[in-house]
This record gives sequence, C-alpha cells and structure tokens, in this order.
Amino acid sequence: MFGSFIKKSRAKSPWIIHFDCGSCNGCDIEVLACLTPLYDIERFGIINVGNPKHADVLLVTGTVNHRNKKVLKNIYDQMSEPKAVIAIGACGNTGGVFRECYNVVGGIDKVIPVDVYVPGCPAKPEAIIDGVVVGLGKFAQKVEEAK
Amino acid sequence: MATTIIPFGPQHPVLPEPIHLTLKLEDEIVIEAIPALGYVHRGLEKLADIRDYHQMIYVVERVCGICSMIHAVCYSQGIEELMEIEIPKRAEMLRVIWSELHRMHSHLLWLGLFADAFGFEALFMQFWKIRERIMDINEATTGSRVIVSVNVIGGVRADLSPDQIRWILSEIDGVEKDVSALQDTIMNDYSVKHRTVGIGVLTKEQAYELGAAGPMLRGSGVAQDMRMLGYGGYSEIDFEPIVETAGDCWARSTVRFREVLQSIDLVRQAISKLPEGDLAVKVKGNPPEGEIYTRVEQPRGECVYYIRANGTKHLDRLRIRTPTFANIPPMLTVLPGCELADVPVIVLSIDPCISCTER
Repeated sequence: MFGSFIKKSRAKSPWIIHFDCGSCNGCDIEVLACLTPLYDIERFGIINVGNPKHADVLLVTGTVNHRNKKVLKNIYDQMSEPKAVIAIGACGNTGGVFRECYNVVGGIDKVIPVDVYVPGCPAKPEAIIDGVVVGLGKFAQKVEEAK
Repeated sequence: MATTIIPFGPQHPVLPEPIHLTLKLEDEIVIEAIPALGYVHRGLEKLADIRDYHQMIYVVERVCGICSMIHAVCYSQGIEELMEIEIPKRAEMLRVIWSELHRMHSHLLWLGLFADAFGFEALFMQFWKIRERIMDINEATTGSRVIVSVNVIGGVRADLSPDQIRWILSEIDGVEKDVSALQDTIMNDYSVKHRTVGIGVLTKEQAYELGAAGPMLRGSGVAQDMRMLGYGGYSEIDFEPIVETAGDCWARSTVRFREVLQSIDLVRQAISKLPEGDLAVKVKGNPPEGEIYTRVEQPRGECVYYIRANGTKHLDRLRIRTPTFANIPPMLTVLPGCELADVPVIVLSIDPCISCTER
C-alpha cells in the first residue's frame, strides 16, 4: 500500500532540477519565469530543487562543451531512478547556433539520454511547460515500469 | 586553526549559471576564494570566421540572453563606424528604447534573484511579476520575449506604432507604480538590511584600482556610466549616473533599484523625442580594412567590442570584453573575511553573467 502511495505521488508531484549547461541565459531565465506568478508551474505540483538527489526531472539548457560534460553526467548519475531528462532550446537539442564552435560537443543527447526536446531560441515558457507536461507522461510510464 | 575547503558550484541553487569557487574556510570565515571558469565557454568569437558580418549580429545576441539587445547595439555601432554609415535618427532612438527596456528587465530579474539569495522568496516573486510586463512589451513590439533581434547593420528592423507607444507609456507607468511600492522593502526592511548592509564592502579606491564596472563601481562612489559618452541616441537624452557611496551589497542593490526608475524615465524621454523617419539605411559592400573599438553600458557595466576587418565579408577578429569579467577580481577581494552564509549574497551582488564572461 505504501509503495503505491509513493508511486502515485511521484508522478503527481515531480521535483525538478535545472542545470545550465553552457547556454546564453535566454532559456534559463525562461525556465525561472515558469516558476514565477504569471506561469507558476507549482500549481502542477512541480517544485524546483537544488539537490540532484532529491530530483525526478532534469531540465537542461544549452550546449554541452568539453568542460561541463563531466558535470552534466555527474548530476545525471546522482539522480535516483526513475528519472526523466528534458532538453530545452535549440542549443540543448542540437547545439543550435553554437554547433560549429570549437569547444562545443553538441546537444545534450551526446552525453545523457533525453526524453523530451523543447524547441525555440530561446524556448518560450509556454513551450517549456508543455515540454514538462509531456515529460511527466513519460516519467509516469517509467514509474509504472519500475515496479 | 584547521582549514576547511568547501566547493561552491558549478551547480548551486542560488546560481542560475555555472561558476565554481573553491572556498577556504577557518571556522565560518572565508579566508580565500579561488575561482574556476570555463563551464560555459563556447568559443563564439571564432564563429566570425565562418559567419559573415551580418550573420554575426545573430551570434553576438547570444553572447548573453539577458542583455542581448545591448550586445547587438555595440556590435552594429562598431561595424557602422567602420563602414562610415550614418543611421537614421529614429533608429537611434528606437535602439535607446529597447536598450532601456532590456536594462529594466535585467535589473528586475537581478533584484528578484538577489532577494532569493537571502531567502526572501516573496520579494523574488514580486519583482518577477513586475518584470513580466516588460517582457510583454518586448514580445508585442518585436515578436520575442528575451532575444529581441531588432538590430540590423544600418538601423533597426521593427517600428513602434502610435498605438504601441501609448500602450508602452501606460505599461511603464504601471511598472513604475509597482516598483516604487517595493522600494521600502528592498532598501529599508530590517531583515533585508541585516543581510546586506556592511557585507562585502568595496572601497572607492579598491573599486577603481581593480577595474570594477557598472553598478559595482557606482555602488562604491565612482560616477562612471558609459551612456554619458553620448553614443547613439543617448546624446539627446538628459540623465545623471546613479551613485551610492557605501560600497556594500546594500549600495549595489540600491544602485540597481534606482536605475530601474531611471530607465523608466529614459524610455519616456526617448519616446518624447522620437523623430519621424526611416528605420534603416541600405548597407552595401563589406567593412573596409581597419579596426575599431566600441563600448556601451550594459546592465552590468561597461562592455567593450574590438573589431578588426580585412575587407572581406568575414571579420578578421572579434574580441568581446564583458563587465562580469571586470567584476570578478573585486568580488574575490571582498570575499575573504566574510562569513560562509554571506557568500551567495556577495557573489550575486556583482550580478554575475557567466555566459557573457566566458562566451
């Protein structure tokens, strides 16, 4: 009984962690704008946390570069299963405008598996919320499969 | 006493961006802070080799999303000076309007994050609520909320209709009213003052010697504002740099708070002096061989662009020096001697923009 309670609350109240992985800030401030009164994703039970060990969903903005790929992998590994990853913005999806720079590896999926891609440069808060909602569907599926 | 080493960052709840500080502590007191940068380095200056000088506007806007408009203004001013292009007066004033809107949204964003750094979440929400009105103006006038992309070499690509101008004026009246309502909280509240007054004091001499920029410098009593150079439309606008003398975190937040109100005034002045005319002039050919140095005032301070052209459509070299880079040495000077709990407040008080710094 306790297990099904945890399973239900996990998908209904996911905790997210946001990592800026070399973005230009455009997507980051839009992720933060999602938390503030106009968009307010807390109404879906979503809380932004600072500790990867507490988080269920990882929001990543920006390109992966040679220096931060280890940090990104480390944060992903610290999160407990099941977990979902959402790549935000053109840079997070493919490398975007910076894909040809010498220090850029590419999109987030070069390092960790990605569940949802949110397009835009920068992605609008509506698109990010939409991406998170789609991600929650996949996350609920993972929770279901985990047991 | 034994020394403890505490890593701060790169992923930290108070920082929207990755910067790493190795803090050496004795008890609760920081004795040394060693920075490690490079987590956001992309190498976009090198893109000048493969993108032509028009396309580079698109790239420099993405140096930093928060002050993208002002980066684009700085870059286009440089190219225009190099190619000896005179842009229409209306375009100059429109650039001022969007630049000041960007400064307002950047400062409101920072004031919110700063409130969050000392745990005042309600104030964070209030500032970000006000900021959304400015984002609405950006979206309605240019089509994008954050990276507005209105600059082109030779002018701007969007215009303000009389209806939009009336609406902007009524919106910024509302913003002014809402921001003024928070003045007492951010400046005089007992718990806010407890966390900011006397924390991270940078004297006037130190600020000048270490080359601080922007609100960090003005918060220490040096009246230096690049807008006073009168670049673009600023030559026709009347204002004084905002200066505080205390040099602590309180002074820096007060400078930024007062600059929000100043920017509202500047937008009003620019709108009242908005001349009729074209939006842009046609640009032909490539930048001639030569080099140019331009500087503008960003929300975070002085931003310098060095551009060297070789007569082709690609630039020879593009070098960007951003204000946060200048503000890191002063930050490292004020960190030793502070308590560990004050580190997030001091780090945020320079308004770190790491993607600017590392490009």
